[in-house]
Amino acid sequence: MSNKLIDLQHITKAFDGNVVLDDLNLYIRENEFLTLLGPSGCGKTTMLRIMGGFETPDRGSVIFDGKDITSLAPNKRQLNTVFQKYALFPHMSVAENIAFGLRIRKKSEDYIRDKIRYALKLVNLEGFEERTPDSLSGGQQQRIAIARAIVNEPKVLLLDEPLGALDLKLRQDMQYELIRLKNELGITFIYVTHDQEEALTMSDTIVVMNQGYIQQIGTPEDIYNEPKNAFVADFIGDSNIIDGTMIQDQLVEIFGVRFACVDTGFGTMKPVDVVIRPEDLELIPVGEDAEPDSPAYQTAVSRATQINPGFFEGTVSHVIFKGMHYEMEVQAKGFEWLVLSTRLFQVGTRVLMSVDPYNIQIMNKPESEDEMAVKLDEHL
Amino acid sequence: MKKVLSRIYLVFIFILLYAPIAVLIVLSFNKSKTRAKWGGWTLEWYVKMFQDQAIMSALYNTLLIALLSALIATILGLLASFSLLSMKHRTRGFVLSLLDIPMLNAEIVTGISLMLIFIAIGQFLSHWGYTIEFGMMTVLIGHITFNIPYTVLSIMPKLRQINISTYEAALDLGASRWLAFRKVILPDIMSGVLSGFMLAFTLSLDDFVITHFTKGPGFDTLSTKIYTEVRKGIKPEMYALSTLLFASILLLILIFGRARRKTAASSQPAVY
Repeated sequence: MSNKLIDLQHITKAFDGNVVLDDLNLYIRENEFLTLLGPSGCGKTTMLRIMGGFETPDRGSVIFDGKDITSLAPNKRQLNTVFQKYALFPHMSVAENIAFGLRIRKKSEDYIRDKIRYALKLVNLEGFEERTPDSLSGGQQQRIAIARAIVNEPKVLLLDEPLGALDLKLRQDMQYELIRLKNELGITFIYVTHDQEEALTMSDTIVVMNQGYIQQIGTPEDIYNEPKNAFVADFIGDSNIIDGTMIQDQLVEIFGVRFACVDTGFGTMKPVDVVIRPEDLELIPVGEDAEPDSPAYQTAVSRATQINPGFFEGTVSHVIFKGMHYEMEVQAKGFEWLVLSTRLFQVGTRVLMSVDPYNIQIMNKPESEDEMAVKLDEHL
Repeated sequence: MKKVLSRIYLVFIFILLYAPIAVLIVLSFNKSKTRAKWGGWTLEWYVKMFQDQAIMSALYNTLLIALLSALIATILGLLASFSLLSMKHRTRGFVLSLLDIPMLNAEIVTGISLMLIFIAIGQFLSHWGYTIEFGMMTVLIGHITFNIPYTVLSIMPKLRQINISTYEAALDLGASRWLAFRKVILPDIMSGVLSGFMLAFTLSLDDFVITHFTKGPGFDTLSTKIYTEVRKGIKPEMYALSTLLFASILLLILIFGRARRKTAASSQPAVY
C-alpha cells in the first residue's frame, strides 16, 4: 500500500439530484498508467474533473501526495489535463500554446524556447512552432495539447478520452505514442475512455465503472480473463453470457447440459451467470445427415468430450469474415452463440460445440443494484 | 431591354434614397442664405458652426454620451451574456425574448416611460430632500438602457461558439480566472464586443426621441439642437451640422461593417 500518489476517499457527487458518483474509493500509485473505463454516463469523466479541480465533490476528499486538495483551485494543482476536444487556444500559435503555462510561471525566454523544442520533439512535431491550431489535423492538435500539458512537468497527466475524435488507424498509432511518452516521462497517467480495446492496450491498471460505482479494478489480463460480474464480462470484449446453475463445485449446468468447470465455492444448486468468450468455444463438424449412432457422429462426440464432458449440438447460422478470423453465430439450445475461429464453417453446418473447463467463467448473479457495486477491499 | 429597364429602376431608387442627403450636403456649401439660389461654394457655415458655443457644447454632449453609454452598455452586456450562458435553456430563451421587447418597442414609448420613471423616482427621493435633475445623467441612463439589448445580441453568439474547455485548459495550466478570461475568452469574443460597442455608439449618436424625453431644458445633443434650431427657422449652419452628423455616422457604419465581416470570416468552422 505504499506510494499512493492520489487517494480518492468516499467521493460522492450528484448533479441536479442525479447521483453520478456514490461513495467511491480509489487510489492511484506513482508511475501508474491507470484507465477509468466505462460506458458514457458512468461517472468516469466526473472523477477526472474532480481530480483536475473542475468539480468539487459533494462529500469525500481528494488526497494528493499526502495533502488534502479537495477544494484547491485547478490552477494550484500539480496535475495537467489533456481535454477531449484538444482545447487549444485558437488565436495563438503552436509555440504560444505550449508556452502558456511556462509564461504564467514566469520562466525565462531561453528556458521556454528549449522546453518548446523538447516538447515538440517528444510528440514528433518538430518545426511546427509557428503553425496555428486550425491548420493542424486532429491528431496533430492532440499531440500539441499533450505537449502543452507536459512542458509544465506535472506529476500526473489526466487524459479525457483524448483519442475519441481520431480515426481508427491514427488512434492505434497514438496509443503506442502515449505508451512511449509515459515511459519517457516517467509520470502517472490517468486515462478516461469508453473504448475497452484502448484500455487493454495501454493500461497498467483498469478501473471498470458503471452507474457511479467501481465494478472491478485489475490488470488488463485480470479484467479480461476473470471478470467479476456480467457487466464487466459484457463490457470488456465480446462474451456469451448465459444463465446457469452451479450443481456442485466444478460442475455447472447450462441449458440442461452439465459442463465441467474449475470454479468452486459457489454452493450447490445455485443460479449463476456463466461467461464464455467467443474465441474459447470449439466447434467440431458433424456430417449433414449423420445418425446419432453412426461412427462419424460417435467420432465427433468423442472429440468433443475430450474437451469437456458437456457439449451442445447446433447449426452455424451466420458467418462474417473479419480478416484475422471468422465471426460465426451458432444456434444451439435456442440461444445464439457467438463464436470466433480461424477455421471457416459454412452456414448450415451441423456442429458439436464444447469449451475447455478453464475457459468457463462462473459469476454470482447480482441480487440487487447495490450488489453491483463490488466492495473495494475485496479486490485489492 | 429588360436589363436596361432594371438599371434605370435601380438608379431611380438610389436617387430617391440619396437625393435628400445630397441636397443637404450641397446646401451646406452654398454661399447664398436662401435655398432657392446658388451663391457659389463656401466653408463659411462650417466655420460659423465651429464658432457657435451652443453647437459645440451639443457636440461635446453627444460624443460624451455616445462614448460613455456605449462603454457602460458593452460592459453590462458582457456580464449579462455570461449569466445568460450559464442559465438553463428555457430560462435563457425567456430572458432573450424579454430583451427583444425594448428593441421592437416604439422609441417614443421607451422615451416617455423613461421620463415617467425619472419623475417618479424624483418624487420618491424628494421625501428626503433629494431631487433628480433632467440633463446629462438622465440622458446617459436612458441611452445605456436602450443600448444594452444590442450589445447582448452582438456578444451572445460569439460567446456561445466558445469551447468552454479552452477556459478550463487555461486554468489547468495555472492561469487565474481573470487571466484565463483575458487571455483566452476575451480574444475569441473581441469582434462581438467591438461590434456591440460600435452599434451602441452609433445608435446613441443619432438618437433623438429618447434624448428628447429624458433631457432637461438647457441641455442639448446634436439631434435635439438641430430640432430646436430648425423650428426657429433654418440657419445654414444646421446644414453643415447635419452633414457632419451624416458623415460621422457613415464613417462608423463603414468601420462597423468591417468588424462584422471580420467576425463572419472568423466564425467559419475550421476544416480538418
